[in-house]
Amino acid sequence: MTQTVSSPAVGARSASFALSRFSWAWLGVAPFLIFALLFLILPTGFLVVGAFQDNEGNFTLKNIANLSQPNIVAAYWISIKVSAESAILGAIVGFAIAYAAIAGGVPRWIRPTLMTFSGVASNFAGVPLAFAFLATLGRTGLVTALLVTYFDFNIYHYGFNLLSFWGLVITYLYFQIPLMILIMAPAIDGLKHEWREASTILGATTWQYWRYVAMPVLWPSLLGTTLLLFANAFGAIATAYGLTGSSLNIITILLFAQIRGDVLHDANLGYALALGMILITGLSNIAYIWLRARSERWQR
Amino acid sequence: MKRAVIGPWIALILGALYFIVPLIATFEFSLRMRRGEYSFDAYRVVFADARFQATFGYSSLLALATIVVGVLLVVPTAYWVNLRLPKLRPVIEFITLLPLVIPAIVLVFGYLRLYNSSSWLPMTSHERATDLLLTFGYVTLALPYMYRAVDNGLRAIDVRTLTEAAQSLGAGWATILFRVILPNVRVAVLSGAFLTFAIVIGEFTLAALLDRPAFGPYLQLIGANRAYEPSALAIIAFAVTWACMGLINLVGRGARNAAPAAP
Repeated sequence: MTQTVSSPAVGARSASFALSRFSWAWLGVAPFLIFALLFLILPTGFLVVGAFQDNEGNFTLKNIANLSQPNIVAAYWISIKVSAESAILGAIVGFAIAYAAIAGGVPRWIRPTLMTFSGVASNFAGVPLAFAFLATLGRTGLVTALLVTYFDFNIYHYGFNLLSFWGLVITYLYFQIPLMILIMAPAIDGLKHEWREASTILGATTWQYWRYVAMPVLWPSLLGTTLLLFANAFGAIATAYGLTGSSLNIITILLFAQIRGDVLHDANLGYALALGMILITGLSNIAYIWLRARSERWQR
Repeated sequence: MKRAVIGPWIALILGALYFIVPLIATFEFSLRMRRGEYSFDAYRVVFADARFQATFGYSSLLALATIVVGVLLVVPTAYWVNLRLPKLRPVIEFITLLPLVIPAIVLVFGYLRLYNSSSWLPMTSHERATDLLLTFGYVTLALPYMYRAVDNGLRAIDVRTLTEAAQSLGAGWATILFRVILPNVRVAVLSGAFLTFAIVIGEFTLAALLDRPAFGPYLQLIGANRAYEPSALAIIAFAVTWACMGLINLVGRGARNAAPAAP
């Protein structure tokens, strides 16, 4: 490179050559870029722009302001709460299981079995998952019936309902926990045996090891993955729809009804609804990517 | 020392219970269709249902179309980025991650607005065109997984040397892509393909909102109207997911075993 730059004429020629080669090489990814533009960026952009327009296409902030309607705020809030609860619980339980399988001193066959099963379960979402939990914890589900038969304890008499907030959280955990296990496994591998041994030799208690050695290393991946789980649950709809129909007012189900039949009677408000969802999943994903970059330096 | 081993076992056993009990309960429920005894009646009813066959067939076909379009889109792009445009890698990677950021329901909302019957490209006004739109939507949903799989595969081989060797033997770009590069990343492509199949086969949101007779909306319909068939369908769906993941493991293991023989 330095040689060509030393001579202006050659430098110019190689620059023009690079330019022509560059524009030609660019064509190689053109199909992909056109596809992404047509089926990813333009459709989303259309909604984002529409969120700032009125019926005549003039700029307005009215749609954003209208998001403060009580039923919309409630829908966002329930979605956020379900996603946060299932993400935090999924992260804690998933981490505990992954740590137990990898560093818990259990037989070696457990880890590959757990990983394979997690791959399946993290993809077993949607309507069939709702069916599975209806057959388990629904009013006539197996666990519900067994509890009545053997313990004379009907969970539905004590306020439990699968078609509710906590029912949805329990169901979401079925794909949240495995996702946590899959993503955290490499980070747990990154905890070196020597660190534990060194801290033990130096007289650290188990609490001190976790507080001053393991957690400072793990927290970016723990927090980042929790955010990923949050976004994962926030955009989900099929499980909730299969479980509760349209009775639970979460944001995806409200948007689904809006797309089907304009229940808000305001097309542009629908766009604002979508924009709000993109912002929430977008922010949690950006935070995830940032935290992931921070955590990867320990995994070398 | 003893306490350190009991804790992990408790976590694993409780976890196993949470994951296995719903499967047992669903399976048990699916056998209860005949009064007073276990039978596979629910499965018989499901398999005999013409709508099951039609929707499952339709979704399978759509999954295959998604895989073909996805491979044709992703393999040349990832190859080209690796070979000629490494500077573009962050941009392409960012784009392939966008479907994880933009929820599927928002994406299809955009499709319905942009490609409705009164728009510049009315893809929803004809059934075949809607099928195409649905396929492209699924390609988009599968993009993060397909691209990651193929890109990992390409990074593991020496793309530049293979390309130059093929070129010096007189191969054109099509020959290089389909007879040199593709066979070398077939394990990665197959992993991406099976994962795509698992995602597409039961997908609900896009199919329901584009109003196509796919397996996902059929599942929802049965769930709202029947008692035992949904459990049978959940078991079938779980088996299909398991088969896809099993095949991913299988082709991956095959590649590792074959590696020393063909370096």
